[in-house]
Amino acid sequence: MSSDDATPATTGDGANELATDTDDPAPETAQLTGDRDVADSPLVVENLRKEFGGITAVDGASFQVERGTLTGLIGPNGAGKSTTFNCIAGTLDPTAGSVQFQGEDITGLSPDQVCNRGLVRTFQIARELSEMTVLENMMLAPKAQQGEQLRNAVLPGRRDAVIEQEEELLEAVWETLEFFEIDHLAQDNAGTLSGGQRKLLEMARALMTDPEMVLLDEPLAGVNPSLEEKLLERIHDLREQGQTFLLVEHDMDVIMEHCEHVIVMHQGQVLAQGPPEAVRGDERVVEAYLGGDI
Amino acid sequence: MTALELPGSSEVPGWARYRQWFRSRWDQGGVAAWLLAAAHLLVGTLLFVVISAVPSSGLLSAVKVVLLGVVGIATVTPPAEPYTAWLAQVWAQSDRGKLYVVLGNAALVFFLLGIVIGSPFNAFVGGIEGLLYFAAAYAMITLALNLHWGYAGVFNIGVAGFMAVGVYTMAIVSSPVDPGSSGVPGLGLPLIVGIVAGTLMSTFVGLIAALPALRLRADYFAIVTVAFSEIIRYFLLSGEFQAVDLPVVGVIGTGGAVGKSMPANPLRLLFYENSSATAQPALLGELLFPLFQGLQLTIIPDGYAVNLGVATLPIEFTLNFSVQPSVISGFTEVAVLVVGVGAFFWLLRRVGNSPFGRVLKAIREDEVVAKSLGKDTNAFKLVSFALGCGLMGLGGILWFGQQGYVTPNTFRPIITFYIWVALIIGGAGSNVGSVLGGSLFVAALWEGPRYLKTTAESAVSFPSAPNNVIQALLPIFQGEVGPLLSFALSNIQAFRLIFIGALLIWLMQRRPEGLLGHRTEEAAAIPLTRPNGGETDE
Repeated sequence: MSSDDATPATTGDGANELATDTDDPAPETAQLTGDRDVADSPLVVENLRKEFGGITAVDGASFQVERGTLTGLIGPNGAGKSTTFNCIAGTLDPTAGSVQFQGEDITGLSPDQVCNRGLVRTFQIARELSEMTVLENMMLAPKAQQGEQLRNAVLPGRRDAVIEQEEELLEAVWETLEFFEIDHLAQDNAGTLSGGQRKLLEMARALMTDPEMVLLDEPLAGVNPSLEEKLLERIHDLREQGQTFLLVEHDMDVIMEHCEHVIVMHQGQVLAQGPPEAVRGDERVVEAYLGGDI
Repeated sequence: MTALELPGSSEVPGWARYRQWFRSRWDQGGVAAWLLAAAHLLVGTLLFVVISAVPSSGLLSAVKVVLLGVVGIATVTPPAEPYTAWLAQVWAQSDRGKLYVVLGNAALVFFLLGIVIGSPFNAFVGGIEGLLYFAAAYAMITLALNLHWGYAGVFNIGVAGFMAVGVYTMAIVSSPVDPGSSGVPGLGLPLIVGIVAGTLMSTFVGLIAALPALRLRADYFAIVTVAFSEIIRYFLLSGEFQAVDLPVVGVIGTGGAVGKSMPANPLRLLFYENSSATAQPALLGELLFPLFQGLQLTIIPDGYAVNLGVATLPIEFTLNFSVQPSVISGFTEVAVLVVGVGAFFWLLRRVGNSPFGRVLKAIREDEVVAKSLGKDTNAFKLVSFALGCGLMGLGGILWFGQQGYVTPNTFRPIITFYIWVALIIGGAGSNVGSVLGGSLFVAALWEGPRYLKTTAESAVSFPSAPNNVIQALLPIFQGEVGPLLSFALSNIQAFRLIFIGALLIWLMQRRPEGLLGHRTEEAAAIPLTRPNGGETDE
């Protein structure tokens, strides 16, 4: 399983340990403690800014994600969640600001470089490789595959090692598929899966990269209630094993119910952050959601 | 595959019952079944011959043509049903079976055409040789293109250019320093050096083309590749590089628009004392050539005529099994190409069935996903593109290097187009499909029509072809089919393009994924099943 070497869960104190940031444009949000340990905050976003032409989608957002937590990033439509998300994952290049992951500046790296540093993402609309089987989808993801070098794949002397590694990967893949309960679909083309199964596949595939942290872009969008339950269960299981998640959602209820830390964005800025109950009571959050901006 | 349907056959109860009876009798098997089939075919053929021998003119000849059609279909239909069923079974059984079905049927059609038209046996063997030669040549290049389009999803429409680079590099490196009166001198290095140099050069040129261009979107990349291929052709056409005196290496060159002769084919030296066209046979040639000479089997001697009452039918039944030496030695060239196909197939299947191939497939499906899973997609595209171009160069060398002489215009974009047609027929993404597509393209659309033309023209003297299609069609109303036939035969090259177009339209509507494009050839170095021998639930 991908969480083999994950750091021991720091969930207990991590949940209460919240970010302070002097540059935070919303300083009066709920903050519990001021000191933080970089090692416990794998992802630190500072003053992130992204402009598209004249439009500023993200306007100086700063936040961090604690290790071993399920952190939710919410906000009304157009709040800049997805842009922030894409800037972290390397899909977009931020105009200003920095993204640090595990103490390393990853601002402006390409998506593959970001992934290879242990930060993997999923997509809002599941992007399964539809003409490939579920197993092929899964086998694609692991890092450092020897057979990805052409000479290892082709030369007779080197292929044995590739085959050996493939066998190991296949076992890990089956375990993950069983964990997500989609192993019965293993040999189907991914394009034949239902919407919810695709979401499961996508998360399973992301985990095959053995990540330090997973960015989930609306994993529940378009998933039927029973699969939704299963998906959330899996996320909680993995979190308990020490996996760190940043979850983008616009469904407030899901976030409030499941995340131990919530970041609320509005108009490109971080409006509030803290534990769900603190955020829920925040007037500005209520206004942003119930005010003119729904 | 469904059996041929005789139009209106269901309304003829006697005929339908006969067909049913024929089928059930055949299915019982045994010698009787074969005898029945033979008797059926014999009666049908005799009827055909008798009707065709009836002298006729005007309206009567139109009736005759219709009657011949009916008899022909009635002769073929009942045996065709079990035959097509058997073919379908062979087709479904294995990949090799599919190839046998394609090439075997092409050979059968060639053979029957040869018998009906009455062409010499040598022409038939030569036709088979041409069929295999081009089938293998197309299969090789199609396999290489499948790596680009079928795996990595890279839209390369500059195939001809990369082949040209390989062929010309090989020719320049391995042409003799002193070519005599004709031709441009080369470096005079051994042929194998030339082949390796040609392959490496086309790999390198592919890399050069891809480095800046892979940043472009797929469709723009396609434009770059076709432009590149045309730049190469114009470079070769240019007189500037026809023969250049270089400081260290001496005079070398492309030969310009005149073209360039290829280095001597060592295969010829297996059979002949030297590589000139008038060379005497060497040991192997002396042993082998006479074996195929003068083998004649006279069943009915010349000049025998059957009096049918209404007409006298001259029947000549001398089977001449002679095969020309050039055709025999040509088969070694075919053998080289077939080995080439085998090597390409082995290599590309290994490439495809590996994590490398898996990433290529992922890039084809969704490059953003591949990137987000940590794959440096540009590097993969670059490597696979260069590899494919190298194979195109090598394939080009094996194909055109054996033909003695090339000009830059051998490598027009139309060749790229033909390779694409072969890939589309076979189904992109499947290596087996590429071999099959190349073979089918050559059999049905390339060598088939050409063989029909050459055998027909060698055996029957047609009236001179009309100048246009109106003049060809009008005589039909007077019952004259000759002008149309000779018009069709003399323009068969052009008709070929119409066939290709029609086939493509049909394929795009009915089976856009090609013959085998739907098939999953799993991209993994091991079979993807549940480990520990467990049963997978499908």
